[in-house]
Amino acid sequence: MKSKLNLPADRVAYARQLAERITAPVQDFIDGHSSVTVERATLRLAGADGASPDGVPVANLVVDRIRAADPAALEDGATLRYVNALLKTGGNERALNDRIAAGFDVTSLPLGDRAAIEAKADEIVAGTLARIKRNREFREGKLEQWKGRNNSPLLYLIVATGNIYEDVKQAAAAAEQGADVIAVIRTTALSLLDYVPYGATTEGFGGTYATQENFRIMRAALDEVAEKQQRYIRLTNYASGLCMPEIAAMGAVERLDMMLNDSMYGILFRDINMYRTFVDQMFSRMLNSYAGVIINTGEDNYLTTSDAFEKAYTVLASQLLNERFGFRAGMPSELLGLGHAFEMDPSRKNGFMYELAEAQMAREIFPDCPLKYMPPTKHMSGDIFKGTEMNTLFNFVSKATNQGIHLLGMLTEAIHTPFMMDRYLAVDNARYVMNYIDGFYDDVEFKKDGIVVSRAHQVLGETIEFLELVERTGMFDAIEQGLFAEMKRPKDGGKGFEGLVKKGPAYYNPFEKALKRELGIVR
Amino acid sequence: MKVVRPYGDTMDDGKVQLSFTLPVPDGAKGREAARKLVLSWGFKDCEVVHSAPLAAEFSFYVAYGKTESSIDYDSVVADEASADASMNMDEVNEYIRRNLGRKVVVVGACTGFDAHTVGIDAIMNMKGYNHHFGLERYPEMEAYNLGAQVPNEKLIDYALKVNADAILVSQVVTQKDTHIHNMTEFIELLEAKGLRDRFICVAGGPRIGNKLAVELGFDVGFGRGAYADDVATFIVKKLAEKN
Repeated sequence: MKSKLNLPADRVAYARQLAERITAPVQDFIDGHSSVTVERATLRLAGADGASPDGVPVANLVVDRIRAADPAALEDGATLRYVNALLKTGGNERALNDRIAAGFDVTSLPLGDRAAIEAKADEIVAGTLARIKRNREFREGKLEQWKGRNNSPLLYLIVATGNIYEDVKQAAAAAEQGADVIAVIRTTALSLLDYVPYGATTEGFGGTYATQENFRIMRAALDEVAEKQQRYIRLTNYASGLCMPEIAAMGAVERLDMMLNDSMYGILFRDINMYRTFVDQMFSRMLNSYAGVIINTGEDNYLTTSDAFEKAYTVLASQLLNERFGFRAGMPSELLGLGHAFEMDPSRKNGFMYELAEAQMAREIFPDCPLKYMPPTKHMSGDIFKGTEMNTLFNFVSKATNQGIHLLGMLTEAIHTPFMMDRYLAVDNARYVMNYIDGFYDDVEFKKDGIVVSRAHQVLGETIEFLELVERTGMFDAIEQGLFAEMKRPKDGGKGFEGLVKKGPAYYNPFEKALKRELGIVR
Repeated sequence: MKVVRPYGDTMDDGKVQLSFTLPVPDGAKGREAARKLVLSWGFKDCEVVHSAPLAAEFSFYVAYGKTESSIDYDSVVADEASADASMNMDEVNEYIRRNLGRKVVVVGACTGFDAHTVGIDAIMNMKGYNHHFGLERYPEMEAYNLGAQVPNEKLIDYALKVNADAILVSQVVTQKDTHIHNMTEFIELLEAKGLRDRFICVAGGPRIGNKLAVELGFDVGFGRGAYADDVATFIVKKLAEKN
């Protein structure tokens, strides 16, 4: 890729160094901690499935009972107790899950021979990792088989009816219309539940519950359309909120292809405790990485809550931090769908050029990342015609700068969840623009000191200044003082803080160990 | 009396633009079904100008209809709070200095499980929206934006803590009437605590009208297109009235 912006390589490298230095102390904290949802994710991977008659998942039952029996016991990890119970009861996972759901407490059994527990755990780990690996190979095989049949950038559409069976119809129609990626948006507030609901669901507010059964239903439906279309259809869900690692675990097992996963989104925009989020994102990203799941980070949120022109540097800063946290969790650039968005005020003079500059800047700074580009939302109104015009320019910038994942803008963004025809019009617009300007950008160079080039240099400079401030302040203090997204989040405040677990000297998590080994994570 | 009809390119031609989806395959039969459907809505004339397949069993239509229906414009009463009489930011601050002589305290949040801060941010954040500064920018106001997913209980506690004059409740998600449940619960909580008269209660959101808000027990509701100026004007005038 030939540079159009001539960004100084040493300044970009320096910005990356800053991100590395900022995240290092956070990583030290992460390495010494687990959380209730990391433990539950581990249990799920070990086979803890199902729920009690009143809907409490088996993974929660195990963790809650361990904590109730001895508040400090979780520092040894929950898997030890679960595998111990498996050995002692002599049955399979399913039989044990049924007993746990019916009230059985795994801590009521004395711990048996440690070597036997570890041997059994290793066997379980190998089985689960093999399943995840098979999923990954299946996906890679299909992508190879149907190579060149997807759009570039990938066209990403959202379904959100609340009813998984209705979602399936909408998703199939969207895929037939040309979508490459289907995201099932989650019901409002799911991110603030400290458990993952169980089973197929038909009720939701503004979206559908993320449950393992719902994942399975949608996966099967999309695979069917893919065979018809001879085009792999990627499935996306949200590994965000209080159950990041558990949803990542479910996604790994049910072959999701993309997951929303941001290292700081929960802290800033959902008021989830900062320590908890940092710990959770690490484990969830190791799982995403091993499963070959592309993560989508949430930089668009910085632009919808603040002014997109003035705060452009917060996007690049966040991308660099998300990249570094991703690297630390063993993710290659190819899985880092770093986010940004086309959210500037449409009345701003030359706004298009600024948008183009920033999208191109992201492309040049992260050449191997499948960048996730988000459409206008903040300035969308009931004027669906104006909305269409804005989406057209968004499509232009996205294609020109070769973004990886293109979330299609809806003309009815500010009005209602998309109608089937809204999605059709969005795909139609994107395909029109992307075909019509296909080679245009290769013919274009920017003036050396023109608006586009100057803007990119300016944003890079502001980003470096901001990251220097964050480094001087320290990440935890920076969040507390409201340096990010103008949100002040106290260190011990926010949701889920009580679910943080300090790892004891005997902490045992066979999945964490295996994932680190497989991903080549040294620390 | 002023009788009006939709205007296409000639007075009283009654021309209306329509688009919709039918759960049938695209084709001549689908287009005829669409045309008949439009006529059945009372249009005197209909031309289906475009159709396209959305999926095997769904098709999309663009149509023009001609209506003979009309409305007496003079008889219409708008469902708006005070939009055409709002003061601007400077005028509001001057009004506060002159008529109230103290700072006006406003607390706002997007309540319940609703995670969309766009509306409350547009009204409250310093920056505001579309060149209308938000309430945080008003020198004679103290504005606290608690953000999204704030339980009603917590919002009320906070309003008490900072001795608020007005509470702003934003609701964006309306699927399954969740906004109505949230707004009703908010008013009921206030009433249960005997606090309803203590605060000016303002509701807002793209699908919240003044009528709905007042029906649910709020003092006012602001829908699409309202700015901080409109909200501020209502609050300070109501406060002056209360005093």
